[in-house]
Amino acid sequence: MTSTLEPEVGAARRRKEDARLITGRTRWTDNIALPGMLHLAILRSPHAAARIVRVDVSGALREPNVVAAFSGADVAEIQGSLPCAWPVTEDIVHPVRPPLAVDFVRHHGEAVAVVAARDAASAIDALEAIEVEYEPSEPVLDLEAASRDEGLVHPDKGTNRSYTWVFDSADAGTGTSVADVDAEVRIQRRYIQQRLIPAFMEPRSVVVDPGMGEYTIWSATQIPHILRVFYALLTGVPEHKIRVIAPDVGGGFGGKLQVTPEEMIAFLAARRIGRPVKYTETRGDTMVSAHHGRDQIQDITLTARRDGTLTGVDVKLIANMGAYLGLVGPGVPILGAFMYNSIYKVEAYRFECTGVFTNTTITDAYRGAGRPEATYAIERAMDDLADELGFDPIELRRRNWIKAEEFPFTTVAGLVYDSGDYDAATDKAMELFGYDELRAEQIKRREAADVVQLGIGVSTYTEMCGLAPSRILGALRYAAGGWENAAVRVLPTGKVEVVTGTSPHGQGHVTAWSQIVADELGVAFDDVEVLHGDTRTAHKGLDTYGSRSLAVGGVALVEACRKVRDKARTVAAHMLECSPDDLEFSAGAFRVRGTPDAAKTIGDCAFAVFAAHDLPDGVEASLDADATFDPQTFSFPHGTHLCATEVDTLTGRVTIRRYVAVDDVGRVVNPLIVEGQVHGGVAQGIAQALHEQAVYDAGGTLLSGSFVEYTIPTAADLPTIVSDRTETPATSNPLGVKGVGEAGAIAATPAVVNAIVDALRPYGVSDVAMPCTPERVWRALKRGPGAGVRSGPAVSAEQVMPGAVHADRPGGES
Amino acid sequence: MSVDVDGSRYVDDVEPRTLLVHHLRERLGKVGTVVGCDTSNCGSCTVLMGGADEAPRSVKSCSVLAVQADGASVITIEGLAGPDGSLHAVQKAFHELHALQCGYCTPGMILAAVDLLRDNDDPSEDEVREGLNGNLCRCTGYQNIVRAVRAAAAELRQAQRQEVQA
Repeated sequence: MTSTLEPEVGAARRRKEDARLITGRTRWTDNIALPGMLHLAILRSPHAAARIVRVDVSGALREPNVVAAFSGADVAEIQGSLPCAWPVTEDIVHPVRPPLAVDFVRHHGEAVAVVAARDAASAIDALEAIEVEYEPSEPVLDLEAASRDEGLVHPDKGTNRSYTWVFDSADAGTGTSVADVDAEVRIQRRYIQQRLIPAFMEPRSVVVDPGMGEYTIWSATQIPHILRVFYALLTGVPEHKIRVIAPDVGGGFGGKLQVTPEEMIAFLAARRIGRPVKYTETRGDTMVSAHHGRDQIQDITLTARRDGTLTGVDVKLIANMGAYLGLVGPGVPILGAFMYNSIYKVEAYRFECTGVFTNTTITDAYRGAGRPEATYAIERAMDDLADELGFDPIELRRRNWIKAEEFPFTTVAGLVYDSGDYDAATDKAMELFGYDELRAEQIKRREAADVVQLGIGVSTYTEMCGLAPSRILGALRYAAGGWENAAVRVLPTGKVEVVTGTSPHGQGHVTAWSQIVADELGVAFDDVEVLHGDTRTAHKGLDTYGSRSLAVGGVALVEACRKVRDKARTVAAHMLECSPDDLEFSAGAFRVRGTPDAAKTIGDCAFAVFAAHDLPDGVEASLDADATFDPQTFSFPHGTHLCATEVDTLTGRVTIRRYVAVDDVGRVVNPLIVEGQVHGGVAQGIAQALHEQAVYDAGGTLLSGSFVEYTIPTAADLPTIVSDRTETPATSNPLGVKGVGEAGAIAATPAVVNAIVDALRPYGVSDVAMPCTPERVWRALKRGPGAGVRSGPAVSAEQVMPGAVHADRPGGES
Repeated sequence: MSVDVDGSRYVDDVEPRTLLVHHLRERLGKVGTVVGCDTSNCGSCTVLMGGADEAPRSVKSCSVLAVQADGASVITIEGLAGPDGSLHAVQKAFHELHALQCGYCTPGMILAAVDLLRDNDDPSEDEVREGLNGNLCRCTGYQNIVRAVRAAAAELRQAQRQEVQA
């Protein structure tokens, strides 16, 4: 038998997942209906800060169809505290966070009481019959004031400062001190990372079915495995009596990387009542209760020599934690701590972050988690440095970035970048973009004083992804490891079942994992089934976030496949009456070297072990294998994004005219899926630059509490982007893959804002606060020192948007 | 009330306040149609609805009371494919061009696109973008959705030409 199998890895396979999704035969958590199931509705706090004087649920219990109702006080002794798995410092201030508030509410939307009824409408109706007496107090909302302890979110803690985490290259031995480097030029800037809402399209939902001491839980979560561990730790139910299932999950973007109050409340209700319960949130619930993202004040200082050499990066952050600590919330800015130096060679680096409580919804991971914030600050500041020194912004970057021949490269933050080629990606992006032509057009428009000015923005980036080496996570005080598991089961007829510990929610793992297995085992793409998201079938895993699934879980899969192949090799050699060393695995089969027609496929071996009539002595009657992969290092995708904006100087309207993304994500398993990830990431990055902001009023009420006010972009708001790739394989894993989930969201935001500022520099504008709405752009222009005055004083965000510099300052949008 | 959904007739007593989407999901078991918001912004719940003599048009089923659908004919994502299971051109194009990731917005997006193509059989990119701006997607950046809708339009035009010739 000779075969010319086309490799599956690299092919633009259409997704296996689609068949159900395009015909409506889906299994969202909210679709699940069990016999006897009750529906929950949750009463939420209308106040940002208040003492709970009294909660009386008895009225709700008299409403029709209501089976149970209870408040935080009713479960105070048993409900425990929601977990934070990433206490980043030893002395972190970590307040108790009850799923149902007991004595105090600390943000708008915090859960106060719950009703269980025969149907959802009855449960919602009955909420009105619950009486709550609040004693409201002045909420702590301004992040800087909060950091100075002007008002306390948790008075018993005596401070709003949860932690301060510091990295200094002088102390770490990875560089010198920022105080000691040449500082012929100094660029000092403050940027505001406004608060964002992940806004996955499927609202969260959870179903808890209490058996006789065992619990089956369906949840719209990214992390069924982590959730199961925490259910066991928090409820006292033994882990082996808990099964968590993440069925079809409609997006996450980090927003479903959480152990939620609602998941615990549903559990408490099911255990108390002894019947299955379901809680499905409304979008209004999502907006106030599901965690938010970003929300940092970033002070960054670059030092450089006049020749354009970047010498130091000094960063000071205030990160808004919200009212409590989320599952990995304190660690989010720390994921950015290693990225402010980005792709540049820097002599000295210092990073300091203080996590601060405010009376707002908690913040936690949102696409990129710390890395978009870092990239934004360094890439915005690099443009200002280029402007100060009279360099083309790309030329300045090129002078400072790590060259292809310098890999592996140890950065000033102490990471070892294994591979990359920043020149190649940038050159390709510039060519696709038509950089020189657009610069020429920009000059013409400036000279003609065109009402519509053209701006060109660049952002290079790298990110640390493939989370993560367990030892490093341990050193950073994260509670869990970062390994991933895969198991491969070869069925008697040669079909293959793969069990993965990753938990996809739109990423297409079923398709990509099938491609990997097809190549590794020489089986057909359609002969592979991928099982995931159920702790009973996939008992071991750490789930999906941080662009880790392929770079960690995919590698575990390859290792499991290779174990299967090793086992099959022995069986094939026995059947072919040769030594295993005489066999090579090529084109889907073991072949005797020099006699390629003598061949046995994995399927042949599978049937042989199934029958088990004639196996060599001591050979197990199974080809199955599993593997757990713990990466030694992170992976480092990189890329260059270029954006051209047209800015109407009369109205402030910004139009993206051209957007080019060239990403290097290492080896690509499925280019269709990679391209889709880039599109979606860029869209979310553009959304931060232009469209989205969570806004609180002076009383701490979330004003952007629905899709009417929280304006995620529509098809009409977004441009068509040009995406392409360069490919330098990762050297840290056998697949050569790096990860792509977050790349677009990291690069797009600074590229867009740099383009807007570039258009407006002749008007004396050097910053526009995000989101760069027409009003803000217009105000920036009005406050600039005037057209043509290039050397005029820089306009800071403070001047552009007085009173609205901080994402959540009351009445910010005045 | 009586409503024809995906070719079957359902007769129920419903509360006047019940929304069509909740009737579809909770009473009729048509869970392919989903809810993404509570302000009629997201379009995830889009279905096609028509009367006895009118062609079905897209509606957000969260913005229609179930009783308003009395006597109407409704097509959901579950009834869009042909009786033999052959996919609609828009469904096929969404699969071919990777126009979905998590798939939550997909039923509404596909049905809105079907309705768009009924009005305009050869929409430009901008017309597709404007035409679908009542449907939100958080995964795809819409780029492949726009491509898929235009590809489906081309396929439908081709099919129509062949029909005319035949």
